[in-house]
This record gives sequence, C-alpha cells and structure tokens, in this order.
Amino acid sequence: MQQPRLVIIGNGMAGARTVEEILARDGGFAVTMFGDEPYGNYNRIMLSNVLAGVEDESGIFLNDLSWYADNGITLHTGTRITRIDRAAKVVYAEDGSATPYDKLIIATGSRAFVPPIPGIHRPGRGYHQGVFAFRTLDDTRAMIRYAREHERAVVIGGGLLGLEAARGLQNHLSHVTLVHAMGHLMNTQLDAEAGATLQRSVEKLGIEVVVDAQTTEILGKHSVTGMKLADGRTIPCDVVVVAAGIRANADVAQASGLPVERGIVVDDQMRVQGEADIYAVGECAQHRGETYGLVAPLWDQAKVLADHITGRDPHAAYHGSRIATKLKVAGVDVAAMGVQAAERDDDETLVFSEPRKGVYKSIVIRDGRLVGATLVGDVRKYAFLMQAFDRGLALPEERAELMFDLGGPPAEVSPAEMPDDAQVCNCNGVSKGAICSTVQSGCRTVSGVMDKTRAGKGCGTCKPLVQRIVEWAAGGEVEEDPAASWYVPGVPMPKPELMRAIREHGLKSVSSVFATLVPGGKEDAKSKMGLASLLKMMWGGEYADERDARFINDRVHANIQRDGTFSVVPQMKGGVTTPAQLKRIAEVAEKHAVPMVKLTGGQRIDLLGVPKEKLPQIWADLDMPSGWAYGKSFRTVKTCVGSDFCRFGVGDSTALGIALEERYQGIEGPGKMKLAVTGCPRNCAEAYVKDLGVVAIDGGKWEIYVGGAAGAHVRKGDLLATVDSADEVITLTGRFLQYYRENANWLERTYAWVPRVGIERIREVVVDDADGIAADLDAAMDASVAAYRDPWKERAEPVTPGQFRTSLPLVFLPQVPVR
Amino acid sequence: MSIRLGSVHDIPRGEGRTYAVAGEMVAVFRLRDGSVRAVSAVCPHKGGPLADGQIDDEVVICPLHLTAFDLTTGCARGDLPPLKVYPVAVDADDMLVIPSEVLL
Repeated sequence: MQQPRLVIIGNGMAGARTVEEILARDGGFAVTMFGDEPYGNYNRIMLSNVLAGVEDESGIFLNDLSWYADNGITLHTGTRITRIDRAAKVVYAEDGSATPYDKLIIATGSRAFVPPIPGIHRPGRGYHQGVFAFRTLDDTRAMIRYAREHERAVVIGGGLLGLEAARGLQNHLSHVTLVHAMGHLMNTQLDAEAGATLQRSVEKLGIEVVVDAQTTEILGKHSVTGMKLADGRTIPCDVVVVAAGIRANADVAQASGLPVERGIVVDDQMRVQGEADIYAVGECAQHRGETYGLVAPLWDQAKVLADHITGRDPHAAYHGSRIATKLKVAGVDVAAMGVQAAERDDDETLVFSEPRKGVYKSIVIRDGRLVGATLVGDVRKYAFLMQAFDRGLALPEERAELMFDLGGPPAEVSPAEMPDDAQVCNCNGVSKGAICSTVQSGCRTVSGVMDKTRAGKGCGTCKPLVQRIVEWAAGGEVEEDPAASWYVPGVPMPKPELMRAIREHGLKSVSSVFATLVPGGKEDAKSKMGLASLLKMMWGGEYADERDARFINDRVHANIQRDGTFSVVPQMKGGVTTPAQLKRIAEVAEKHAVPMVKLTGGQRIDLLGVPKEKLPQIWADLDMPSGWAYGKSFRTVKTCVGSDFCRFGVGDSTALGIALEERYQGIEGPGKMKLAVTGCPRNCAEAYVKDLGVVAIDGGKWEIYVGGAAGAHVRKGDLLATVDSADEVITLTGRFLQYYRENANWLERTYAWVPRVGIERIREVVVDDADGIAADLDAAMDASVAAYRDPWKERAEPVTPGQFRTSLPLVFLPQVPVR
Repeated sequence: MSIRLGSVHDIPRGEGRTYAVAGEMVAVFRLRDGSVRAVSAVCPHKGGPLADGQIDDEVVICPLHLTAFDLTTGCARGDLPPLKVYPVAVDADDMLVIPSEVLL
C-alpha cells in the first residue's frame, strides 16, 4: 500500500514541531513541507536575542536542512502555497506546482500587523526606506544593517515584541524611543500599575517611552526623518520599527474556502471545522474563539494533532491553554497569568509595590483560588503561583506567602526551574532527570518512584522535593498513594485505627497482626520492624517477640556497618565516664583488635568493625550496659559539665542527664530519641536541637524544649514547659516520650511530629493534662521502664540458632580500611 | 548429586543464614510457612549481607540500604542486577540440599 501523503504548509516553529511529534509517533506518512522563508526552521522567539547581539544567527536554528533529509522529509523552502483544492486534495504553489495530499496541516503562523499609517509604505517599494517590521530573520538582518548606520529609532508598539525590539536596537544606535498607543506598556498582560512600573524600569535603561501615542504619519521624502503623533508632537528619527501586534496568516485558507475568523477555525482535534483531512496548528489557528501568540499552547496543540492524525489516540483533545508567561522583557523580569484585576465584588486583590526597586506584584483570588497574578521586577514566586493557578491548588492562609518567601523553611525549589542533571537526592545521587524518566515510564506514585530510583531513601531530607518533582513530571496525574497515611506500608490502617484493632483482637505478635488485619494475611517485610516496635510499646512484657520481626540491629543489639561488621557503643550515662571504664574499653579494644575506636556525637565511645560472632564476647569483656546506639529508641542524654565545675552553670545538668538516662534507657519508639541537658542558656550540650532538651536557667528552673533536630533536618525545639525541679523534668520527659510513642507515625521523628501535632496541643496534654490522660501516660511509661532488660546480658546462649553466626564474609568482601 | 548444607532447624523461621557452598556464598531463608529459598548472599548494590535482611513471603530486604529482592526470581525492586537463585529443598532428614549441578 502506498504511504499516506502528509503535506504541511508552513515551516515555522508550529509546522516543524508538529512534524517532530508525528515522527515520534511513527505515523508512517510521506511528509512534504512548504516554507515561505528560504531556511530550515528557527526559533523566532530568539530573534530578539539576535537583534540584541547576545545570540548568533546560527544559534537559533532548531532543525537545519540535514534534519529534513535524515527524516525523509521533502522540504520546499522559499515556496509559497497560494491555493488549496479541498475537493481534489491538492495544494498549488506560487511556482505553479501541484502537490497532492491525503492529510494537510496548515501552520502558516502569523505576520506583523502594520497599522495603516500614512507614509509607512512607499508606492511600489514596499516599506518606506527606514521602516521595518520585526518578524522574520530577514527583517532582523535588514534592521540591524540599517540601524548601524543611523542614529535615532522609534519603535511603534509597547507590547512584548516592541519592548524587545527597543532593547535590542540600543545595541546598534544611540537613541531609542518607544511609542505605544495604549495607556500603559504590555496592556494585554499587565494592569496599569504594573505597566507603569515596567515603564520606569525601561526608562532607566535609557529607552524613552511615550504612551497614549497615536502615530499619524511617517515623515521623510526619500528616507524616514521623523514621525508625527496625534497630539501634534514630532519625533525626529531615521529608523522606524513596527511591532504593533500580529495577525494570523489565514489568507490562503480563506481564499480556499476554509472557515476563517481571526484565525483558521479548528475543533478540539485541531481539525479545520468541517474538514476531515485538514488541520491547522499554531498562531494561524483559532480554537474556541482564541488565537495564541506564545509557544506553550503550540506545544500542546502539536501533541494533540499528532496523537489524532497518527491514530495513536483518536480521542486526544485540546481544551485550550491557560496562558501564563514569564519573560525577561527588555532586561526586566515580567510574569503574568490569568486576569489582571478583580472582576467581581468578592474577588480578593493583593498588591505590593516598591517603585524604587521597580518591583510590582498583584494577585487576584476568587473563591480561595488564584485566578490572576502579575509580577514585575521580581518573579521568584512565579513557579509557585503558576502551579496554584494551573491546578487550582488551595492557597496558604497567610496570603503574603503568595508574594514573598517568608521565614521558616527555605524557598521551595521549583521542579520546572531545575536543570535535568540537578542532583535531588544527595545520599543516593539521583537527578531530577532520573526521577522524571521514571515517572514517564509509567510509575506515578511517589513511593513507587522512590523505590525505583532510591531517591529520598537516604536521610529523607529531599522527600518533599522528590514529591514535588513527581507531581510536576506527572502533570497533576500523580496517583494518590493510599499507603501514605498508614502506620506501616503493609497494614492498611493509620496508627490510631491500627492500635484499636490490635487491642480489640488482642494481637500480641507481628505475625498475628498480618494474619488478622491484612486482607489475605500477606506478610510485609518492610512493615515488620514498625509493628514490632508498636506491639512492644503497647503490650510491654506480654508482647510475643518474634525475632524475624526485628531488624538485624535489634537481633544482635549492635549497628550494622557497610562491610557487615557491627559497632559497639557501651552506655556512658550523660557522657560521664571514669578511668576504670576507659581502661576496660581500651583493654577490650586491644584484645579484640577493634579496627577503630571513635568518640560519638552523643558523648560516648564507639568500637567499630566488630564481627557479629565476636559481639557476645566483647559484651562479656566490657561488662557494661548497652548504649542502644542501634535502635529506634532512646539513645543518649548529652550533658555539659553544669554547675559542678563550669563557672557559668546554673543547674546540675550532668546529674539530671544521668538520671534521665538511668530511667529511660533503651525505651523504644517510632524513631530515635536523642536528649540533652545543658547547665545554662549558653547551651554547650546543644539542648535546643534535641528531641528533648533541658536547659537550666537562673533561679533553679529548667526549660524543656521538644522537637529539635540538628541532623539532616535542623530545627530549634519548641518550649514545652519551664519547671522548678529536676523531678518535674523527669516526669514530663517520660510523659512527653510516651505521648510521642503512642501517637507518632513509624519513623516520624519529633522534629516532624511536634510541628504536625502542634506544641500547644502537646502542652495541653502533657503539661496541663487537658485530656485527663497524664496518669495513663505516666503509668504506661512506668511499665516500660520496669520491663527494661539490658540486651547485652543476652550473651551466654544465643536466643535463636546461629544468632551471632556471621553472614559475611565467608569468602571475600571489601573491608573498611583499618587505621 | 546434591550438596547438604545443614539442618533446616539451624535457620529460625522468618530468618536467613549464609552458607559457603562450593566456593559460592548462598543465603538461605526459611519462610514463616516453613518453605525455603536460596539466593546469592551478597547484595549487588554495595555488598550487603542479605542473610541479615528481613523477609516476607516474597522478598528479602538488604539490611544496608533496604533494597528489596524477589526471593523466587532474584530480581531487584529497583535498578540493580538480579541475584542468583538456587533451587534449595529440605530432604527427608530435614537437611537443606542444593543440586550440585547448579553450582559452578
């Protein structure tokens, strides 16, 4: 069968982009393209840069002539089509040639609109000498050539193109005046105030601006000498550039009997109305009454057209584009979307203006959704506003956040603005591009993408960014991850519901939870550790411990290292030790040739590189309690020397730290619990950035801060309470930790949990006992404390067969270098 | 011919142990339903000891960076090469056996 013939009239950005989309879908067409200009296809937007001298002509070509050859496209450059015979399905060119088609695409774009000003044309010579339109590469070349030899230019039109032309011309001659018929610059995109702000910024660049200026005549006999305005003023000039807007190139379509209004009328499949085999795309097309003069809608249209014409998706439909633009206009940042000003009585309008800096922002909100925004001079919030506008997202209660990055977390990076090779996950080295391609390959849940790419699986700091990138890449088609609200991924229940069900059914082992609460009774390896922690917290001594539910660290009470060996950290309460203890640690390290002895951040001593099978012997030789440097548990209490020695100390921080560690050692929870007690507000023990930090203040009082962190996340804790005695600190600590254990999600550290619940709410429960559960919390914590057994006593006999049998290396493994 | 690794009772239910078999390191797991699976013992990501990983009926999770591998196919849930899968069985004496022809 003969290949269907596809003919495209127009070799501009729309025509070429549409062909690219069709080729990508392998339409099987024999493609012929007709271009009016004698070139391959170039980026018309970049002509401003060519004029400004920042881009070389060669840099603006999108597809050079070899691209057409490589893709088997027959290209006729410099060939204008004059007529379409719809009945015979043939297009006729100026040179008399006839080309038959099976499918036809019209992508003729638009041309500069030249107002009928007396003197703008010279009979028989086209434009008056010195008058230029600003539309094509040839226009641009001619303008540059002419401008270089002249002094003064006037640009007619204060829209985007006119501003760009004015700025560009400054590179070639000394005086540039911009005349604009309307009351303010860029009046289709900006409101009056924004336009005025833009005008001031442009004037600072040395461009003279005249608004409300109707040009009535171009002066000069042989060449241009000036222009006359309606108010009688004359502006002397020798170059005139017309940038007064564009009009769709639809003459051929109209002459051939196709429906044309402001553009060629198309349906949602980009087919010309009433025509089965003729499409129109780009600036020449009119869709649902709109014509577009920007590229973004064109990309959307090209995709739909390609989907439809190739049969890849016969139901593909273009629904119009929500226009949002961000541009650097004549050196000034400008962004605009939606409506310019309030249109209804109950529309909310926010305006910020800082004329000295040339900054103006206005935002229009309707029914809690963003319906319009204008930014001049500062477009940093563009990406955020754009998403809110495009997707109708709920807006922050603090409306000022729409305009400014207020304190708190650093400004959100917008996925759209990140380069593809930007590293998102710094732990596992995952780039934005890798995340996007995973989404494009069909993975549309955040957790799915994280599993596939490992992004966000290290310290977790980048998870919110990963989530935003996935959402952006999926274009709002992110599938809700149902597991996001569950306590663990394998049991479909949030924590409160799960705890209720566990109590109701009396489930005391991890396997019984799977068997009872998961449809089909399916086990889930990734859920076991979280369930084990929860059940142990809930049932204490009654918990039916199944060793396989434990992570390896909890099976052998040590922290696994990269080479499969373990680290051993003996307890050193409050970071206080003795010569005898140090001697013993030194002897053990020597006896067992421990490869590294290191001080930890939690004021203890770490013996690193211990093989699993040696653990019981080392514990026996140390004969010290476990420091729990391996569990999702109470870890350490860091202290300063406090009032005993420090000349600034106002409270005995070491004694309190030791007492806290003595009582709450090894208590397990949803995440690690790191504490500190510091003897004065100088905070040497870093108590402000701990899960719970205690600060002695003058007058014998103690402040308790909760929810602090200084790891992957840095957060100063919130003040929970100020109390009068160490005993109260100990009680409130226990109560807070128990409330956290019962309510936080698995692996949710206090720095996330405290702000989620809110410090006021936590204070109500823990300090003021507003819910009347303080006694229950205290009792539950008491029971956990009473049930505590030092795991390092579990060493005479393995609890399970081969508990300490080495898993590696039986043959060879890379070793951590011995220092 | 097949090679005996040891008693199945050496492996607690739901856990794994490593065996050196004819110069290869094999991680054998005993599922909670009593069935056994065997895969190569070293994680292809960063050399983690898979026998120390947590398992369910389908996967083992490397203890170092939490990569999941299918215990039946050896395939990684993620972008990593698969594990070698060994046909392991329990014989009449409750001994773990691997056919010797699958070993190098």
